[in-house]
Amino acid sequence: MTDDGKARGIQSPPIAMDAKMKEIMTGYYIEAKTAADSGKQVAWITSGGPVEPLIAMDIIPVYPENHGAMIGASKMGGALCEQAEAMGYSGDLCSYARSDIASSVTNGGPIGGLPRPDMLVACNNICGTVMKWYEVLARYFDVPLFIFDTPMCHTDYHEESKRYVKQQVLEYVSFLEQVTGKKLDYDRMDHVGKLSLEGQRYWQAVLDTAAFRPSPLTAFDGFYHLALIVTLRGTQVAVDYYRDLLTEMKDRVAKGIGAVPNERYRLLWDNLPIWYRLKWLSNKFAAHDAALVADTYNTAWCRSLRYIEDEHFLDSMAEGYTRMYLNIGVDQMADTIIEMAEKYSVDGLVMHSNRSCKPYSFGQYDIQRMVRERLDIPCLLIESHMVDERSFSEAQTETRIDAFMELIRNRVEHERHA
Amino acid sequence: MNELDHFLEAADQPERYGAGIKAGGTPVLGYLCSYAPEEIIHAAGVHPLRLFGTLESTIQADSHLQAYCCSLARGVLESALDGTLAFLDGAVFPHTCDTIQRLSDIWRLNTHFDFFADVVHPVRLDSGFAREYLEDILQRFKCELEAWSGSKIDDAALARSIETFNAARKRLDDLYLMRSRDPDCISGSRVSSIVKASMILNRDELPGRLSRLLEEIKAGSYRTGGTDDKKRLLVAGSLCDHPDFYSMVENSGGVVVWDDLCTGSRAFDGFIDPTGDHLKAIARRYFERRPCPSKHLSNTARGEALAAMAEKHKVQGILFFLLKFCDPHAFDYPYLKEYLEAKNIPVTLIEVEDSLPPEGQLATRLETFIYTL
Ligand code: SF4
Ligand code: SF4
Repeated sequence: MTDDGKARGIQSPPIAMDAKMKEIMTGYYIEAKTAADSGKQVAWITSGGPVEPLIAMDIIPVYPENHGAMIGASKMGGALCEQAEAMGYSGDLCSYARSDIASSVTNGGPIGGLPRPDMLVACNNICGTVMKWYEVLARYFDVPLFIFDTPMCHTDYHEESKRYVKQQVLEYVSFLEQVTGKKLDYDRMDHVGKLSLEGQRYWQAVLDTAAFRPSPLTAFDGFYHLALIVTLRGTQVAVDYYRDLLTEMKDRVAKGIGAVPNERYRLLWDNLPIWYRLKWLSNKFAAHDAALVADTYNTAWCRSLRYIEDEHFLDSMAEGYTRMYLNIGVDQMADTIIEMAEKYSVDGLVMHSNRSCKPYSFGQYDIQRMVRERLDIPCLLIESHMVDERSFSEAQTETRIDAFMELIRNRVEHERHA
Repeated sequence: MNELDHFLEAADQPERYGAGIKAGGTPVLGYLCSYAPEEIIHAAGVHPLRLFGTLESTIQADSHLQAYCCSLARGVLESALDGTLAFLDGAVFPHTCDTIQRLSDIWRLNTHFDFFADVVHPVRLDSGFAREYLEDILQRFKCELEAWSGSKIDDAALARSIETFNAARKRLDDLYLMRSRDPDCISGSRVSSIVKASMILNRDELPGRLSRLLEEIKAGSYRTGGTDDKKRLLVAGSLCDHPDFYSMVENSGGVVVWDDLCTGSRAFDGFIDPTGDHLKAIARRYFERRPCPSKHLSNTARGEALAAMAEKHKVQGILFFLLKFCDPHAFDYPYLKEYLEAKNIPVTLIEVEDSLPPEGQLATRLETFIYTL
C-alpha cells in the first residue's frame, strides 16, 4: 500500500479497484497490529521469502519491505534513515533496511511501526543485505531467525543447490512447528500453494494487459496494486482481488481507456520504484505522452510460476524461490528485459540506478549495452536511494527525462513517418 | 636478498610476480576472497593468486560499475580490463557479498580468460545441510578444474596441498603470536605485507620461506623498538591494503597486535585435517574458522570472536576499518561497537574510500582514540 490513484496524479478514469486495495491493506495491517489480541503469531519475512507455509500455519506475515515502501511514499524515509545513521548505520546501506531498523526502535513511520515479530524469516534470493538486516532485527527483538539460503544461480540451477534448498524447506517447516508448537497441516498447505499460484497467474494476466495500446495501466499502477501479491500471496483474498482487477483491466482495454490519456510512447522501467517520487515521475512521463507499460519489479513475483507445480507446491517451491529475478546472472536479467521490451513493444528503457540495491543495480550498465545492441532503443539512467528522498535531485532528473523523451520522440515520429 | 625482501616485493607488485610464475610455465588463476578453495587449485598444479586490484584510476571499470561500488571490486575489474592481469588463465569467484556476486557476472561477460568458475558457498554456517552442500560445491569445482586442465586431481596431490597450506598457515599464526608477545620484533606494516604476500608467492616454497623469515625475526633483524608504552590495538574489517596505515597507528601511540581482516588473520585461520576425505576436510575448515560477515553462524558470532581475540591478545582498543560501500561490514559495525564496548573494549570507526583519509585527519582521529584508552 503506497498511495492511491489521486496521489499518482492520474488524469484518466481512475482504476476502481484502487479503493478496494486500500480497504484490504488497511484491514491487513489492523489484523497484524492486533495479532496479540487474537492470539496469532507474527513473522517478519523478506519480500521474496517463502510465505505460503506461514499462511498455512495461521501465522501473520509482515513485510518490512512493504512497510519501507509506505515509509518512502509518505516521504518519511529521509528522517528515519537519518536516525539509522545516528545509530551508526552507514548512509550507503539499503534504505529499506535503514528505515526499518530505525522504525523498529522508534515506532516511527506512517502507521506507527510494525507489530512486534514472534519470529523472523530471511530468504537471500533477493540479496545478502536481508541476512545482515534480519540479524540486526533478531538481536533487537531477541526472537528466532530462520535463514532460507538459496544459492545464486549465476548461470544454472545445479543439482546440489536443488538438494540443499529442498532440505531447507523441511527445516523451515520444522522451525515453524517449533516456534508455534503446532503441526503443519499438509492438506491446508496444498490448498495455500494452489491459491498462491492462482493469485500469481491473475497478477501476471493483469500485467499482460499492458501489452494493449493504449495500456490500461502503467508500472506506477502496478507498484500500487502489487502490495497483495507480496503480502497476501496464498490467500483467497488475493486471488479474488486480482481476478476482479483483471476484469476491470479487460474492460478498460475493450473501451480503449488508457492509463496515460494520449499514450504515444511506451517505456520499460527497471529496478525498484522511487517511492517518494511516484506521482512526480508518473506526471512527468505522462506529460510527454509516455506510458511505462512494463517493468522488472512487478513481474518478479510471477517468475516462479514456470518452476512451481500446482500439485506439488512444497516440493517444487524450492526451485521457484531459488530462481528469482535477482538470484540469476546479469545476462539472464538482460534476456528477461529484452523479452519484455518486445512483448510490450516499448520505445525506450528507463533504469533506476538504485544506490540502495546493489544486486539490482550493479550490472545495469552491461544490461543497457546488451539491450542497445539487440534492440536499438534509447536508455535513461536515474539515480536515487528508493526511500531516502534526501538523495534525489529533482532538477537533474527532470532535465535528463526531458532530453531522453526528446530523443524518443524524434526516433518514433521519424519511424512512423517513414 | 633476505627473506623479508621476497615478501615485500611480491606484496608490492603482485601482478609482476604472477606474470613471472606464468612465464615459468605454471598456469595462474586469480581469486577474489578468502573463501576460494586455494588447496584444490594448487593440487591441480595451478598457482592461486589473490587479486587486490588497483588503487589508481579506474576508467574502464567505471563504465561497468556505478560510483557506489567498493574500491576492491572496482580495482580488480580495472586490472582485468586494462590488461594488467593479461597473464591470468582465469578467475575463481567465491560467493560472498552482493557486490562480488555481480562482479562475477560482469567479469564473466567482459573478460576473455580461459577459465572461469563461481564457487557458490552456502551463506549459512549453522546447518549440517549447508556442510553437505559445500562438499558438493567443492566437488563440482574440482571437476571443473579437471575438465579444464585435462588431468585428474588425485588424493595424493590434495593431501600434499593440504599439508602445504596447513604448514604456511601455522607459520603465519606463529608470526602473529610472536608479534603479539613482542610487538617490537617487526613493524605492523611489514606483517601486513607478509600476509598479503602469502596469497601471492609460490605456495610450495611458502612454508620454507616463512620458517626462514621467522628465524630472521627471532634473530632480531627487523626490530623496531619503542612500542613498549604503546596501546595494543586490533584492526577489524574487510581488507586493509594500506601498509602505511600501520605506521600511522604506531606514530599515533598505538600498535596493531592482531587483526580480523580477510587479508589478515581470517585468511590463515583454521586447520585442515589431513586424514580422511580431503574435500570434506577442506569444507570443514570453512565452518570452523572465524566467520566473515557475509556468512551466518549465529547472530552474535562475530562479536564473541572479536571479544575472545581481544582478551587473548590483551587488546586495549579496536579500530574498525570499513571500506566505503562495503555492506556486510557496515551492517555489523553498530552492534559490534555496542557489544564490545559493553565488555569494556572501545571501538572506533575508520572509513576508507579508495585511499586512506588525509594524513592529518587520520592522525588526529587515531591520536584522540588512543589517548582515551
Ligand atoms: S532493496 Fe535490494 S538490497 Fe534492499 S532489501 Fe531489497 S533486494 Fe535487498
Ligand atoms: S565484502 Fe565488502 S570489501 Fe569485500 S568485495 Fe564485498 S563490499 Fe567490497
